[in-house]
Amino acid sequence: MGVDRNGGANAIEVRDLRRRFGAQEVLRGVDIDFPRGQITTIVGPSGCGKTVFLKHLNLLLRPDSGRIVIEGIDVTALGGRALDAVREKFGMLFQSGALFDSMPVFDNVAFPLVEKTSLSRDEIAARVREMLAAVGLEGMEKKYPSELSGGMQKRAALARALIHRPGILMLDEPTTGLDPTRIGSIHALVRRTQQRFGLTAVLVSHDVPDVFEISDRIAFMHEGRMRLHGTVAEVTAAHDETFERFLAGKASGEDEVPAVTG
Amino acid sequence: MNFVVASIARLGALIIDGVVILGNFFIFLFTALFYIVVPPFKPRLAIRQIRIIGAESTFLILLIGTFTGMVLGLQGYNTLRRFESEGALGTVVALTLVRELGPVLTALMIAARAGSAMAAELGSMQATEQIDALTVMAINPIQYLVSPRVIAGLISFPLLTAIFDVIGILGGYVIGVDLMGAPGSSYLNGIAQNMDAHDIATGIYKALVFGLVVMWVCCYKGYHAERMATGVSRATTEAVVMSSVLVLVWDYFMTSILL
Repeated sequence: MGVDRNGGANAIEVRDLRRRFGAQEVLRGVDIDFPRGQITTIVGPSGCGKTVFLKHLNLLLRPDSGRIVIEGIDVTALGGRALDAVREKFGMLFQSGALFDSMPVFDNVAFPLVEKTSLSRDEIAARVREMLAAVGLEGMEKKYPSELSGGMQKRAALARALIHRPGILMLDEPTTGLDPTRIGSIHALVRRTQQRFGLTAVLVSHDVPDVFEISDRIAFMHEGRMRLHGTVAEVTAAHDETFERFLAGKASGEDEVPAVTG
Repeated sequence: MNFVVASIARLGALIIDGVVILGNFFIFLFTALFYIVVPPFKPRLAIRQIRIIGAESTFLILLIGTFTGMVLGLQGYNTLRRFESEGALGTVVALTLVRELGPVLTALMIAARAGSAMAAELGSMQATEQIDALTVMAINPIQYLVSPRVIAGLISFPLLTAIFDVIGILGGYVIGVDLMGAPGSSYLNGIAQNMDAHDIATGIYKALVFGLVVMWVCCYKGYHAERMATGVSRATTEAVVMSSVLVLVWDYFMTSILL
């Protein structure tokens, strides 16, 4: 994972990304870079478009206009096998974990390797055990997702997202549905894993401001645009009124600044 | 004037929506069929679905087939006796089963048993982002989830229909001959003389088409379920209702073509 392999210091670059659903313009020109080897956390009021934005980054949705460049490849016009090749550069942790409930943990984590590589059974088993150890799930190979707690499901899903050794990790609200003590341990795990594998991480989160502790950079999304982005220190020092109102609303338990849904 | 324009606009929007849905419906089928003939093949997945859709439905089909045959034996005997032609009982029971009731009832029973489960499974996979997870892993979800089920339907439906037919004919024999006293030799000889390859082929064609329709509709409904609990339950209901209706409608058209 050489820093200069694709020329730039950014793993992902997004330019003037726009997307509308019917009459509603959810992404209104998003511009942001994701520097390699850092955790960038996207925060914002619910409905600001952050989930829709993430679904463009992981190529589940296509923009109406604008550009997304992942590891030097403009993905906005790609299709077929070229698109699949880009997909293999990143791992995705879904909000619900999205583990296959018909399979035990081992098969879930092994799934991308079984389906997409020609590794032998032994190699796959070794990789799966190593990855389960990294997320603290040793000995859980035979359990089904329904037998795991919410936090353990997230850990297993993280193992699956990283099993094919991607350079980029995307996480959609990984702490949804967890109690406060577990939130801290998942955050710590995300940070530890990111550093261990040197990942570029894009994290959508509503755990404001706790999530700032594990973030290198913050992007504040508001009304379909990146209103603020930069290092944690830069963003908190910006004294942006909307951002501060958002933080205050979060602290008082209200989700303020009603905006477009998405 | 405005009212007229608004009504026409609404009608137009409705028609466009309808065409889009119909288009998606067919693209879904063609994608699934495309991946049946294009590698990589996943025989393991299809075999698993044959077990779930086919093998695990066998007992139900035996049960329903037996009782259908018994009813046909009873009703057929009482009707034919009025015309003093009890000897034709075997032919009546067998032709009714092989040409009509075998494929139709098998399809309806599998739609209710396996089709509903399939719609619910795919629907909850959609709701919990498991289908998105496949896409993100660069695995085509239609290839992985739908094509194996369509293959399984095309294989299981004719086989289950054949089982239904045979057990139904036996059920008719037990009631018509053993219980009511129709002549046993003419029951079996009548079938041998009056049923030809075309009758059997008609039943097999129907079973194949119904297998495709039931899998297609149930997978489509589950795959496109709204991402919530009510979405999954609605998808399941719609899958069973729509596939049952389509089976009966198609049955009429196929009968009129194949007769």
